[in-house]
Amino acid sequence: MKKEMTGEEREKLAGIIHGYRGERRELIPLLQEIQEELGYLPREAMEEIANFLRIPKVLVWGVATFYNQFRFVPLGKYPIRVCLGTACHLAGGNLILEALERELNITVGGTTEDYKFSMERVACIGCCMLAPVVVIKTKIYPGMTPFKVEESLIPYKQDSLSP
Amino acid sequence: MTFREVEDKARSEWETLQNRIYITISTATCGRAAGALDIADLINKELARRSMEIPVIETGCMGLCYAEPLVTISKLESLRIVYHNITPELVPRLIDGYILGDDPCLELALGTLETEGENGPYIPELSRFEHELRLILRRCGYIDPKNIYHYIANGGYRGLDKALRMSPEEIIGKVKGSGLRGRGGAGFPAGSKWELCRTAKDTPKYVICNGDEGDPGAFMDRVILESDPQQVIEGMIIAGYAIGAREGYIYVRAEYPLAVERTQVALRQAKELGFLGDDIMGSGFGFHIEIAKGAGAFVSGEATALVSAMEGRRSEPRPRPPRLAEAGLWAKPTLLNNVKTFSYVPLIIEWGADWFSGIGTKRSKGTAVFALAGKVNNPGLTEVPMGTTLREIVYDIAGGMQNGKRFKGVQIGGPSGGCLPESLLDTPVDFDSLREAGSMMGSGGMIFMDEGDCAVDTAEFFLDFVTRESCGKCTMCRLGTLHLLHILEDITKGRGKMEDIDLLLALAEDVKGGSLCGLGSTAPNPILTTLRYFRDEYEAHIGEKRCPALVCKELIAYYILPEKCDRGCEHCVLVCPTEAIKGGKGEVKVIDQNKCSKCSSCLQVCPPEYNAVVKLSPISELPP
Ligand SMILES: Cc1cc2nc3c(=O)[nH]c(=O)nc-3n(C[C@H](O)[C@H](O)[C@H](O)COP(=O)(O)O)c2cc1C
Ligand code: SF4
Ligand code: SF4
Ligand code: FES
Repeated sequence: MKKEMTGEEREKLAGIIHGYRGERRELIPLLQEIQEELGYLPREAMEEIANFLRIPKVLVWGVATFYNQFRFVPLGKYPIRVCLGTACHLAGGNLILEALERELNITVGGTTEDYKFSMERVACIGCCMLAPVVVIKTKIYPGMTPFKVEESLIPYKQDSLSP
Repeated sequence: MTFREVEDKARSEWETLQNRIYITISTATCGRAAGALDIADLINKELARRSMEIPVIETGCMGLCYAEPLVTISKLESLRIVYHNITPELVPRLIDGYILGDDPCLELALGTLETEGENGPYIPELSRFEHELRLILRRCGYIDPKNIYHYIANGGYRGLDKALRMSPEEIIGKVKGSGLRGRGGAGFPAGSKWELCRTAKDTPKYVICNGDEGDPGAFMDRVILESDPQQVIEGMIIAGYAIGAREGYIYVRAEYPLAVERTQVALRQAKELGFLGDDIMGSGFGFHIEIAKGAGAFVSGEATALVSAMEGRRSEPRPRPPRLAEAGLWAKPTLLNNVKTFSYVPLIIEWGADWFSGIGTKRSKGTAVFALAGKVNNPGLTEVPMGTTLREIVYDIAGGMQNGKRFKGVQIGGPSGGCLPESLLDTPVDFDSLREAGSMMGSGGMIFMDEGDCAVDTAEFFLDFVTRESCGKCTMCRLGTLHLLHILEDITKGRGKMEDIDLLLALAEDVKGGSLCGLGSTAPNPILTTLRYFRDEYEAHIGEKRCPALVCKELIAYYILPEKCDRGCEHCVLVCPTEAIKGGKGEVKVIDQNKCSKCSSCLQVCPPEYNAVVKLSPISELPP
């Protein structure tokens, strides 16, 4: 896990905070924007927020850990989201998940050692009619099979994606 | 500008468009998943290469998700045609065939698109359109959601224009008279809720639109926000005027980035034209709307929990009373309705309470919108009058079951709902009939299951979901559901005992009674309905260690039928991730059961002419 924020990350953080008024109600939007910019919520950033909003740090932690959206470690370069909603479950979403775990040698919530891939499960991305669905970065892969998993990862493994 | 002038401008823009060739592509999230953006890109490139200036408009979802990517070519002098399952290779054919030429490319067409008065577009060739009644979906997939003039040219903001000339009491009277019930799940009468808010003493008041849609398997609200966001906004402004609020919020889940983006654009445009702001259409009434993004917790969709989230806290439900209408956001009177509930409002104002209450059943008025998914041929979105039967939805609208398999059940209303069997196919879908059958309207997700889906596994899936999503405040919800889940896990893993069934039933009652909010109190529904309608499956799992649907991993084995295995074929050996399949070229393949991870790859690749891989249950049936 990354311990310290980089100078660039600190700068971004300051920029984001600058756009807010410092009201209690801004907590979740602040967390969301920071995660969007940095890819995760560094400990230091959450402490900054606590100071900025003048609320206890534990409250910031309590809110951040409650919601599924927030992450405390950086994602891989190609984050993978596996849908395990109802339609995807019935269409064999578990088998897809297991195939990905085997292919990448990580479990759900994990990131590969080279920070290339990370994997999360989600409860429906609203494309149920194309189940089972996997999202790699922003591309949606409909109608997955365990067999197609290996194939769809190849371009990412080789970084040979068209820009 | 007066509303008349805005309307004239919108109409003339729309008519100019209708008087030329133009192309629309459904690029809602579902269309994108099927590759619609690539198609849009390609069409633009090909048109540019031919130096042709033809508008290519990105629309929302027509509800025909099974047929995406969908491309519609509108030509004034000829038919408007909807093309389906368009791949990049087909694009040049469409351009040279129908855009440049006169060949309608009928082999690629789903049908012609016609407009039927105010009811929007329909495709007469598709039988589902005969059963549908599109009120709030009528513009979806047909107009550009990022162009407010398209909305106005197709009837938009007429409801607001009329509402502003009525008194708030008259509006509430109309909403009450229409019989509109909330579409977020429980079906609470909308008019009564509005009245409670109107008469609440405290100020300021707030309007909140609940677009959380956390139910897995539901995507109606996403589609509406992505396809026709102005409609929701118009409904909210009317609500604000009726209850005396000046501020509103649209709460959308963060997993729906496109819905957020298109709603944002819609808000900006509504403001530019004076439908939002300090003095709406010169009426003196002011209203503002902001978007609040959800952070991904299912319980955030619950009304009091949603308010907590908006206040920047953990979204834990609180006991009611006080109701939100008395003490909601910042402890002020708050009106909270679902995306669809607000969507009906402009129509009720414009076309009248009697018109609306003339549709549907005695106690469920209007139409119902359902997201259809699972093992049916034509999944997507549909809007039908309340009271349409399940059978009509499965066979006439969703196109029947895939691969000619038998209908087994339909899960309605997500984790709060239940699973209804074949014998209830003639149940009319409305709030009360579904509740009687043990299910619930819920938000409108319908997942169809066939004989290859296991009732016990499905119940386990929902319990797993609610244990993850319980906010943890109530002991029964936090621990009772976990206990239920563990019992189900035992059953699906072949460790169940017959007494477990009674335990499930007893514990289900405790969890129902001991939970504060709807999450906990409906969590046992999937168990109760599957036990009620598919008890034999529970018994097979427990008594015979057999999963009749061949789903539960611990109770099934993959087996290669020696007499069917083609000795020259190596497909299964090549795909098996665990090297469990033995047998070289020329030999019958055999699965080493100790190594098999039950990934099903061998079954999927075994060529249909051999069909040599099968699943067996119970495992004791494996030949030695
Ligand atoms: C756990 C839980 C989740 C809910 N999720 C939603 C949701 O995603 N969208 C929604 O409109 N209502 C949801 N509801 C229902 C709301 O609490 C509320 O009844 C509804 O939004 C009111 O709007 P309506 O009167 O227009 O139906 C949920 C309820 C519970 C108990
Ligand atoms: S029933 Fe469950 S989700 Fe609802 S308040 Fe209680 S613990 Fe939270
Ligand atoms: S089910 Fe999967 S692991 Fe088992 S034999 Fe077939 S391919 Fe191999
Ligand atoms: S269940 Fe996977 S997209 Fe809805």
